[in-house]
Amino acid sequence: MKHSEAGIVSYGVYVPRYRITPAEIGQVWGVDGAAMGQGLNIERKSVPAPDEDTVTISTEALRVALARGRIDPQEIGALYVGSESHPYAVKPTATIVAHAVGATPSLTAADFEFACKAGTAAIQTCLGLVRSEMIRYGVAIGTDTSQGAPGDALEYSASAGGGALVIGRENVLATVNHTVSYTTDTPDFWRREGQRYPSHGGRFTGEPAYFRHVSECAKLMFKEAGTTTKDYAHAVFHQPNGKFPRRIGTQLGFTDDQLKYGMVTPRIGNTYSAAALIGLANVLDHAKAGERILVVGYGSGAGSDAFDLTVTDAVAGYDRSVGLPVQHYLDSGVELSYSVYAKYRGKIHMGEA
Amino acid sequence: MREVAILGTGMTKFGELWDRSFREIGIEAGFQSLVDSKLSSHDLGALYLGNMASGAFLEQEHIAPLILDYAGLAGHHLPAIRVEAGGASGALALHEGYLAVASGAYDFVAVGGAEKMTDVSDTEASRIVDATADTEWELVFGATLPSLWAMVARKHMHEYGTHREDLAALPAHDHLMASKNPLAHFRNKVSVDQVVNSGMVADPLGLLDCAPLSDGAAAVVLGPMETARKYTDTPIRIAASQVACDTMALHHRRDLTTLDSTVFAAKRAFSQARRKPADIQVAEIDDAYSIAGLVALEDLGFVAKGEGGAAMRDGRFFGKGTTLINASGGLKAQGRPFGAVGVAQVVELVRQLRGEAKERQVSGAQVGLAHNVGGTGATSAVTILERAN
Amino acid sequence: MAIARFWRETPRRYNLGGSRCTVCASVYFPPRTVCPTCSTHRQSIGKMEPLQLSGEGEVVSYTLVHEAAVGFEMQVPYVLALVKTTEGPLLTGQVVNVLPDEMRVGLKVRATFRKLREEGPAGVIHYGYKFAPRDDLEPGPRPGRNAEATPVHSSDASRARA
Repeated sequence: MKHSEAGIVSYGVYVPRYRITPAEIGQVWGVDGAAMGQGLNIERKSVPAPDEDTVTISTEALRVALARGRIDPQEIGALYVGSESHPYAVKPTATIVAHAVGATPSLTAADFEFACKAGTAAIQTCLGLVRSEMIRYGVAIGTDTSQGAPGDALEYSASAGGGALVIGRENVLATVNHTVSYTTDTPDFWRREGQRYPSHGGRFTGEPAYFRHVSECAKLMFKEAGTTTKDYAHAVFHQPNGKFPRRIGTQLGFTDDQLKYGMVTPRIGNTYSAAALIGLANVLDHAKAGERILVVGYGSGAGSDAFDLTVTDAVAGYDRSVGLPVQHYLDSGVELSYSVYAKYRGKIHMGEA
Repeated sequence: MREVAILGTGMTKFGELWDRSFREIGIEAGFQSLVDSKLSSHDLGALYLGNMASGAFLEQEHIAPLILDYAGLAGHHLPAIRVEAGGASGALALHEGYLAVASGAYDFVAVGGAEKMTDVSDTEASRIVDATADTEWELVFGATLPSLWAMVARKHMHEYGTHREDLAALPAHDHLMASKNPLAHFRNKVSVDQVVNSGMVADPLGLLDCAPLSDGAAAVVLGPMETARKYTDTPIRIAASQVACDTMALHHRRDLTTLDSTVFAAKRAFSQARRKPADIQVAEIDDAYSIAGLVALEDLGFVAKGEGGAAMRDGRFFGKGTTLINASGGLKAQGRPFGAVGVAQVVELVRQLRGEAKERQVSGAQVGLAHNVGGTGATSAVTILERAN
Repeated sequence: MAIARFWRETPRRYNLGGSRCTVCASVYFPPRTVCPTCSTHRQSIGKMEPLQLSGEGEVVSYTLVHEAAVGFEMQVPYVLALVKTTEGPLLTGQVVNVLPDEMRVGLKVRATFRKLREEGPAGVIHYGYKFAPRDDLEPGPRPGRNAEATPVHSSDASRARA
């Protein structure tokens, strides 16, 4: 079903300032980290400060989005935060973020969890509420401060960042033409209740998981929208590393030019629930009116959500002077040693006080 | 209002008194002060006790009757009153005792100050004393007492060109004086270089810029001047006792490098005593942090605003000029048992004015001033004492 | 710190809700019930209105803290500053996203949202403002407008008026 009226009316991104390189991580574990980084196409990953978490990152990203769109937070009817690293197991991230942006109390709020695609699931939920005119604005946030167990392959990629999208019907920057999903029960990556670090199925996370779901979901979208790769100026895929999205993009027939703005993981690492949103934000930073964008998220467990968007004329008048462009986060950063990184990420076992 | 005299003094050693309890030190100082005069405990009309945080340090509140009881005075059924004003608790207890005698409400009162700080961990003790700043709007954001004073120091350096070494001069002087004081917490000498290079606490303040956490108690007994010579050969007159307050948080002050509480307490005290700074031969100033001592010289009127750094650099108050500061070793080296500080300062002045300060005696001292601060300056007390000739 | 004690201050800690005296126009943070500036304090009672600070300001003084306050040990050394806001009030807060040698008096900063403290691994997490250098290219978002803003003890105020 085609709904041209609803879409993204504003967006904001926040990535913590600190970075660490695979080489620095590898030297601790006796691994050639630089080679590992090249294999994964990850040059560095972001690291949150000890006083940053999913709540603070979400708040920073959303404050930017609201200021750019000049949106009255009291007009937000729904706010969802997708993450696999909510600071509380029970107690919503969304309520704290809602209060911190001044959106309380007249709204619905909840936390979403679906590994790396909780953020895109939140977009779909907001679209439903906005299209049905139950709410004026819905906020979909994808944020993570992901952890890989020390020495695990994930440690080379798991990073931190957040993206916030405001979904509405007025002054839409990018209309959501279609959205489809592809969902199965595939245990490729998980974290059991009470466990500190996630576990994964190694190479099982590849073909039967990421590649199958992203590829099938993209094909569902081509069918639904009646499109081919040539219809899209830009394509954004979930990016657990810099290698997977390039491979799936090429397999589907996209060129490097179509993929370039959507690829952010090589410079900031895998921001999990935020990855597709930050990729999309970078595309929107550069997009021109009339361009069409394909976004395919992926969450382990497993599922993919795809979006077909068209950039509107409103993009020309959009105030990007507030907040920082995604490119800033790709270029800047302060590099940490592994020891400081370990301290910041709570990997050092402290004595009881 | 009648004139009030100090008739006797008592003080325990300051320091880490591992084998001594709060009750023991409180009583020791109190009895010394009585024995130092010819007063009997039956003469006392009331007890005022300066203490900052017995509840937090010892899980014991209601300590004024506790000390009274263990001093054997429970049967006298005296009123015993605890006074709290952060680091200025001792000076405020003295102020209350002074007013009680001056007003005629009581003839003789005992004023004590006591703090037992080492029965909790250093970390816990720091947390407790930090609470003399604004918990909700300073401490919540990671502030500590030394970090707040460090920002006063930075501002003073920025405004007046004060040097790091100027700050370090006072702790070095304090340690030199304390080396002559058997009751002092620290009796080692330290150089300006050692202070400058001491481990950083909150830039620019190092460990040796900060007074220690100490155990200790001090006491005085007060009575009306007119009958004072019946109880002591050398009564010391309280020529002025003044207290002034200001905003709780440093960030609300009129000027970040001025303690208006000190300015006002000093102005009122000099006026009450009909004295001026140049009349003071011995001054005990609150140097819980080196910068606090430096701005105190300015705020008390010993030097103009901004000249504290130069005064410290030149050692103008370290024995060369008309006034010598911190003959006891100050808070930095004599020690800082919070609630005892204000009373201990007065004990030192009395000993100086009586000519009993031995090795550290300032010759011919006739007029002395004590200056005690709570928090970052929400409370200041200034007391002026004179030898009654 | 007990939960309610922190929770009741969230409009201030999250969103910088202050107050303004409608008699003399002085601005306060945290909000006050009585204006200390008005020569007759009574005239300000009931006339203090909520005013949210923009979060923009500049550093008046600062320190690099090495001996941390309890709960801040993992951030050592951290920068603490006195920040003069554009509306007038001075605030105490940490400055983040800055290297110690980048700190200076006069540095332009804006409020950011961070974790202040955790009540141990099982307790509540407290959030609130800190400051970050303000890139001149980045006007920066403002704290969330707060509908609940600043209760200025309206019941007391109405009693005082009556």
